[in-house]
Amino acid sequence: MNIQTSKTYDAGVKDYRSTYWEPHYTPKDTDVLAVFKVIPQAGVPREEAAAAVAAESSTGTWTTVWTDLLTDLDFYKGRAYRVEDVPGHDEAFYAFVAYPADLFEEGSVVNVFTSLVGNVFGFKAVRSLRLEDVRFPIWFVKTCFGPPHGIHVERDKMDKYGRPLLGCTIKPKLGLSAKNYGRAVYECLRGGLDFTKDDENVNSQPFMRWRDRFLFCQEAIDKSEAETGERKGHYMNVTAPTIEDMFQRAEFAKELGTPIIMSDYLTLGWAAHNSLSKWCRDNGMLLHVHRAMHAVLDRNPNHGINFRVLAKLLRLLGGDHLHSGTVVGKLEGDREATLGWIDLLRDRHVKEDRARGIFFDQDWGAMPGVFPVASGGIHVWHMPALVAIFGNDSVLQFGGGTLGHPWGNAAGAAANRVALEACVQARNEGRELEREGKDILMKAAQHSPELKIAMETWKEIKFEFDTVDKLDVQHR
Amino acid sequence: MSVQDYTSRLSDPASRKMGTFSYLPEMTKAQIRKQVEWIVRHGWNPAIEHTEPQFAGSNYWYMWKLPMFGETDVDAIIAELDACHDANPGNHVRLLGYDNVTQSQGANMVVYRGDPV
Repeated sequence: MNIQTSKTYDAGVKDYRSTYWEPHYTPKDTDVLAVFKVIPQAGVPREEAAAAVAAESSTGTWTTVWTDLLTDLDFYKGRAYRVEDVPGHDEAFYAFVAYPADLFEEGSVVNVFTSLVGNVFGFKAVRSLRLEDVRFPIWFVKTCFGPPHGIHVERDKMDKYGRPLLGCTIKPKLGLSAKNYGRAVYECLRGGLDFTKDDENVNSQPFMRWRDRFLFCQEAIDKSEAETGERKGHYMNVTAPTIEDMFQRAEFAKELGTPIIMSDYLTLGWAAHNSLSKWCRDNGMLLHVHRAMHAVLDRNPNHGINFRVLAKLLRLLGGDHLHSGTVVGKLEGDREATLGWIDLLRDRHVKEDRARGIFFDQDWGAMPGVFPVASGGIHVWHMPALVAIFGNDSVLQFGGGTLGHPWGNAAGAAANRVALEACVQARNEGRELEREGKDILMKAAQHSPELKIAMETWKEIKFEFDTVDKLDVQHR
Repeated sequence: MSVQDYTSRLSDPASRKMGTFSYLPEMTKAQIRKQVEWIVRHGWNPAIEHTEPQFAGSNYWYMWKLPMFGETDVDAIIAELDACHDANPGNHVRLLGYDNVTQSQGANMVVYRGDPV
């Protein structure tokens, strides 16, 4: 007689916590771990809400079903194993959930997140829910694809060492003809930038079809390389309405011999992006990644997905650059939180660090790192702080801060390049950039009229709005 | 100041740049010493390469001897830079810091600029 199970079927609705709350559970190294910020509905105890989140994002449903007894639920179920106060918040708490390895398809970021941020986010027992961090076990990291090349291979391919890379997004973002757009690219590159960039919503509109843009931009790259003797690139955005169109554009970029293309990974879709990332490695193409739509997901401090999770999943999906926020510019970004996710993009092993919003140790194995990209509302006066905050392994992108120079893009580019190199040189000499920045820039401007004019143009601009999404580290 | 022209030209060899620090004035001896110290402080392995300026676009410049593995004597590194420069006047001479953890170069800068061609 088979006596493997003594369970019996008892129809009806049970408390989630009877099955999915296990405070004595010790997470396994193979588990996927997640931490959610939960605000439960009034009257729902923390343990029940945490268990409900674990259930609804794994094996559970609202009622008992007889087919539960045909599987080994203990082997497959997610477990809420800890709840913690959220500092400075009376209603919210952190719920820690462990998911066993075999809940997920190997190498599928899509599959992991369809569980973790699937139906559970519309679940009635919680008023709001935010995925704050995810620990990916090494088996999952090793089955994902990762960056097509990574920071150090990109440095070797582009022959750029010992400093941040320098870029610029071409503006106005919409409405230029392809030939005029290529002009703006050429001027930036000959002035000393490493890269220029298509804006995220530059795809293939009637005013500028993709093929025309790629051709003119490639001429700009070729001529500026011959002129300066340095390697250059323009992020040719291959984001398209269909996968077939996306690959057609990527293939054409490859035919032109261009070094780098780009995608908008959130609007393009993760599966499409993952396919593109694989194509990039197979074809020796660098991949720049824009995060358009991220603020829809990550800006509300009580509901959605923290950007650190979106950054980690992009590293898994694959990309060589990812926009990360600037800390100092016009767009949202808390300094410590930003430092946290740029570590998660670049480093081989990242330790739990609550002061930076990092809840778990994360081992990336040998997966290459991603360049964080600081872009938006920055100009030469921000350069000392940017070099100090981001360090060498970053791309600093000045759009208005290049194109808005009174003498044009080439002069604007040269001003930024001189400022960048002056800051790197000074840092290497042991000077403190954030304290001595003004002096360093003033001295550099003595031999660069382009920098001098840039400093006079932008001196007065300040961006000091308060950050909406701040780390929950103190009572406020 | 009125609008100025940006004077870079295909036809002017002086328009060619050569990577990090090439938009700044050529370094003085004292400045070079600081950069050597930066490499030593990181534990990177110093190395010296040089090339005729017309072939500067190649990844592979001529190695000056072998990388100085484990060398931390700043004077000894500077002496090798000078020796390479003296033996190859007119060539670009660059100083590298090999970072064996990243398998890349932590620093790479031209310290003697060759004649424009």
